[in-house]
Amino acid sequence: MELQTLTFIVVGLTFALYIGIAIWARASTTGEFYAAGRGVHPVANGMATAADWMSAASFISMAGLIAFQGYDASLFLMGWTGGYVLLAMLLAPYLRKFGKFTVPEFIGDRYYSQTARIVAVICLIVASLTYVIGQMKGIGVAFSRFLEVDFATGLFTGMAIVFFYAVLGGMKGITYTQIAQYCVLIMAYTIPAIFISLQLTGNPIPQLGMFSSTVADGTPLLMKLDQTIVDLGFTQYTAQKTNTLNMVLYTFSLMIGTAGLPHVIIRFFTVPRVKDARSSAGWALVFISILYTTAPAVGSMAMLNLANTVQPGSVAAADGSLEYEARPQWFKNWEKTGLLKFEDKNSNGRVEYRGPKFAGTANELTVDRDIMVLANPEIAGLPNWVIALVAAGGLAAALSTAAGLLLAIASSISHDLLKGIFNPNITEKGELMAARVAMAGAIGVAGYFGLHPPGFAAQVVALAFGLAASSIFPALMMGIFNKRVNNVGAVTGMLVGLGSTLIYIFWFKGWFFVPGTAMAANTADNWFLGISPEAFGAVGAMLNFASAILVSKVTAEPPEHIQHMVEDIRTPRGAGAATDH
Amino acid sequence: MSTETTSGMAYWKANVRLISISLVIWAVCSYGFGIILRPALSGIKIGGTDLGFWFAQQGSMIVFLVLIFFYAYKMNQLDRQFDVHED
Repeated sequence: MELQTLTFIVVGLTFALYIGIAIWARASTTGEFYAAGRGVHPVANGMATAADWMSAASFISMAGLIAFQGYDASLFLMGWTGGYVLLAMLLAPYLRKFGKFTVPEFIGDRYYSQTARIVAVICLIVASLTYVIGQMKGIGVAFSRFLEVDFATGLFTGMAIVFFYAVLGGMKGITYTQIAQYCVLIMAYTIPAIFISLQLTGNPIPQLGMFSSTVADGTPLLMKLDQTIVDLGFTQYTAQKTNTLNMVLYTFSLMIGTAGLPHVIIRFFTVPRVKDARSSAGWALVFISILYTTAPAVGSMAMLNLANTVQPGSVAAADGSLEYEARPQWFKNWEKTGLLKFEDKNSNGRVEYRGPKFAGTANELTVDRDIMVLANPEIAGLPNWVIALVAAGGLAAALSTAAGLLLAIASSISHDLLKGIFNPNITEKGELMAARVAMAGAIGVAGYFGLHPPGFAAQVVALAFGLAASSIFPALMMGIFNKRVNNVGAVTGMLVGLGSTLIYIFWFKGWFFVPGTAMAANTADNWFLGISPEAFGAVGAMLNFASAILVSKVTAEPPEHIQHMVEDIRTPRGAGAATDH
Repeated sequence: MSTETTSGMAYWKANVRLISISLVIWAVCSYGFGIILRPALSGIKIGGTDLGFWFAQQGSMIVFLVLIFFYAYKMNQLDRQFDVHED
């Protein structure tokens, strides 16, 4: 069957499945809309969390990032998984015991301060909205690339699907669709990886194949890869290329940013008990790790495949590089998309892929990192249905993350702003309606930005993680672990953390990302102690902790009922009763 | 001031202790073996590269997983021991 028809069928089937789930899992109370009625099994919640967490970037771009950065990209692997340990031990169980619906609600109650709640709402909306724009873009790209439809058409189709199950089902609809989406995306990711691993190393498990010997000549895969890309003029794959302090802080920022991202935290409000919140974080990490441990294998193997394809002979030999006319079919396919670009600078009809150790003009091939996942099935010569599945997997990853973020935004608007601040007497029915309207509005705004991406779209991940790491995570953790931190301290801490991180990011990337307003070039020489703007969230968090504790020490201690509240959330018993007020 | 019971305080102390131990292991296996101590471990070879590289790209994640389930299991025990469990 024609690839495009097949892709339409596979993607269509998955969409029909999501819509079917949406009709089955409608929400009829605010408890169901915000927290799926708190009846989600911890394993099911773990799976939904994994889909919620793994975005279009995890699915499409991460393996490519690893392929081109080698060891240095380890910080993404550790950073985006290590946060779950913090969630399981420092946040999730206590916030579940607290038994409310949103993250700002905890911050507002614990610090008995509307100001704290509003600061938290602002951080949440900025972090989630910037994040969701990336997903919308991912949906449009996946559609236009695989189904060859217009970017806008693709985006609108995606929005319509999300609209359907998120507005109708809220957290309940989103949870069950995310479970289906996880199954689609993990199959789409692992099947090509298994085949590539088999071809290169004879080992069907990519995680082991990566550390095995190659079938071709028995040298270990990573050793061969190091050798191959050094010959091409790149730095060793397994070598560290950036400074250690930056790598440590960058990893730490991603970890605490992960733990502080509201759309991840609210997933743990859906399980029945405190002990389920603990184990559910473990299950989430099981399902995430299946993809995250496969990604470095895909990255290294795809890189080796690419290098071997374009450089079948020795680099020194005149006929060592691939003859352009003899290039394989997948090469031709991806040239059409612009992700693979060849320019025959020396007109010898050969594809010369060269790294920075050669003269700047030596390289003739430009490779987009996304190709490492997208073209993987074709490079491995897998049947068309696997390629169609990869398209459906990329869409599932983008849709599931978008829906989770949109729910976090919608619930903080309807629950924190409308009910919490403007109209505390709103009826349950009224609030449910408001939540649906907020959800629809959020989808509209996200769609608008997806269509007209602001210039800073590429910077948003740094911003989202920076905000979550420097403001939300410390406020939550101190709220649970330090009874002495009071309202003034918490608000000061959040503003200091947020302010310092934003200023540092804007300093090097331009004020509000407006081009040309950066105070210094964004290069390692200018960075404070070599800390990149992406890694600064960790420093912002330290400043937050320090200033909050200091200010709290010199101001009045929190009232007694707040201290009781903290004691109460520290023990699991009574979580069921503290639910749905 | 606080009216927290002695048993409640002991439960929380035991929890914080367990978290501290877990997070030390968490940090040593990721920031330690994966990044800072990698040069010191470079003598230990595994599958064509060094142990630090394995920890950075595979091992740390496996350790994280084990830690969470270990913590969840130990906490269930503590919950019962201090009689603060649910159900």
